[in-house]
Amino acid sequence: MELVISVTIGFLAASGLWLLLRPRTFQVIIGLSLLSYAVNLFIFAMGRLRIGAPPVLDPSVAPSLASYADPLPQALVLTAIVIGFAMTALFLVVLLAGRGLSGSDHVDGVERGP
Amino acid sequence: MTVADHLIIAPIIIPLVAGGIMLLLDGRRREAVAAIGIFATLAQLAVAIALLVTSAKEDPASMVRVYLLGDWPASFGIVLVADRLAALMLLLTATLGCAALLFSLASWHREGSYFHPLFQFLLMGLNGAFLTGDLFNLFVFFEVLLAASYGLALHGSGRARVSASLHYIVINLVASSLFLIGVSLIYGTAGTLNMAALAERIAMLDPTDRRLFEIGAAVLGVAFLVKAGAWPLGFWLPGLYGAASAPVAAVFGIMTKVGFYAILRLGSLTAGAAGGTSIFFGEGWLFAIGAATIGFAAIGMLASQDMGRLAGYNVLASSGTLLAAIGFGGTAMTSAALFYLVSSTLTVAAFFLLVELLERGRSVADDVLAVTLEAYGSEEATDAEEEEEVGVAIPAIIAALGVAFLACALLISGLPPLSGFLAKFAILNSVLGEHQLARAGIVSVHGWILLFAILVSSLATIIAVTRAGIRTFWTFTDRELPAVRRVELGAVALLIMLCVALTVQAGPVMRFMQATANGLDLSRAYVGAVQGRPHSTPHAAERKP
Repeated sequence: MELVISVTIGFLAASGLWLLLRPRTFQVIIGLSLLSYAVNLFIFAMGRLRIGAPPVLDPSVAPSLASYADPLPQALVLTAIVIGFAMTALFLVVLLAGRGLSGSDHVDGVERGP
Repeated sequence: MTVADHLIIAPIIIPLVAGGIMLLLDGRRREAVAAIGIFATLAQLAVAIALLVTSAKEDPASMVRVYLLGDWPASFGIVLVADRLAALMLLLTATLGCAALLFSLASWHREGSYFHPLFQFLLMGLNGAFLTGDLFNLFVFFEVLLAASYGLALHGSGRARVSASLHYIVINLVASSLFLIGVSLIYGTAGTLNMAALAERIAMLDPTDRRLFEIGAAVLGVAFLVKAGAWPLGFWLPGLYGAASAPVAAVFGIMTKVGFYAILRLGSLTAGAAGGTSIFFGEGWLFAIGAATIGFAAIGMLASQDMGRLAGYNVLASSGTLLAAIGFGGTAMTSAALFYLVSSTLTVAAFFLLVELLERGRSVADDVLAVTLEAYGSEEATDAEEEEEVGVAIPAIIAALGVAFLACALLISGLPPLSGFLAKFAILNSVLGEHQLARAGIVSVHGWILLFAILVSSLATIIAVTRAGIRTFWTFTDRELPAVRRVELGAVALLIMLCVALTVQAGPVMRFMQATANGLDLSRAYVGAVQGRPHSTPHAAERKP
């Protein structure tokens, strides 16, 4: 499981970075989204990977740390998802405004070269 | 808890509530919205002064005050911490906010919708970032201030602003990703995000975890350096600040200082625990980055073709000086850097406001001409000589702007007699006189580099500002006089007068900065206040015999 998660995070981050460095604004926004998925998974994984362990206290489960997952990274990742989502939406608006004002979807607003 | 204790959260609550009410009014009643904005900003100024006065007291209980949100103990809940550094930054933010708001009231706040609510949310994010004692909360407040700043950067719209904002948003979203990676690595290894608890846990980490923790700290540091506009992460800054509307650019001046503040805060906290060197100060890297930023800013200032960009590069220069000073180390240097921080932030804000006033009624071609005139020569100059105009009357408004420009030029280039000179002198003095090595007659290589970088960048500033000034004020063009309102000139004058006050009262201010730097050195007081504080509800206190 560790291998799958780490390969997934690495692949998402690499694709995100590659797209970020592309010249079209749409590629940049998709790159940002992929990068934020990678980051969210990474935060989640930092709470240690556990299968079948609930993060919320349950009276029927023994009250020891061994039987619970760490709830904090899950709370953190929720916050990060919400903020990331809002920022992506905002970026989309600016992207469209830039496209409308400059007539080009290049990140600099002007086409370079042939 | 007394009312005075609850004051700590007021700098976050006031702008939040004010901004919310403004959104409800929905721009239909402009006067009411503006009035709420003025009232809220003044209230923040008053609270910041009250917090500063309390934190300036000598007894340990009021030096570092902790506010438990939701009254959970610090190990579980989130804390706000008001110490001298935080109070100083709050006061600086509120002062800058007042001046920028005053300036915007003349015309800028009508240029687009939602200026006032966004302005308040920006102040809320700034205040929160300075007060929080928790790394993840720091992230949240960073996002609050960034989200507001995206809106403000676009204020007034136009192609240049949208284009600059696009770059700004992408870079900051990537920086936020780095921030999250750093934060989660730190949580994964140390098991806490409370800054005070982190300071204690570093020493207890085993070598493998320690290595990972250091990587997390480095990634986090990169995110802060992006905010501080350090070379090579700050190329976005001059374009954005030059394109943003004047009052917005003036407030943005303090946003780079947030990155600096975060590095200083985490650096000083971890330095005490790790014994001597701090991982956040990066063992010479921070110094090198700061020095490179100063160099880049100096070249940029000489090359800038319009004054907005010139001011933007000035922000970079001040940011670089601060980073290099912190990287250099030493309590005397930290206190000098803090004095420089206050002086340079006020100055650059005044300069941004002034530039906007001067550029009214000027075309872009004038600016380009100002730079290229020397290179290509000009026929206009000879024409002017032939006319032999003796005794041209200088209009009063140009004279007033000229005086303000002169004061700004003196301040940003660090020439005597104003506070810019005192700040740079204090930094140079602690390189030459106060540092331990220097006492033995040795000035280290780092010392010489810093000395050289600061002096050369000051020279570059003088050349660039003088050139811009000559071309603005001593031209024979028959352009229209800029239409300047009294309020706008008043905002510029307020900022300059504050710098003059800093100069006159330099003694007490320097003593306060010294005390602040000493307080940062004793990170044990901060950690103790956050960790050792008993879980004190008023009821629990009453129940005790």
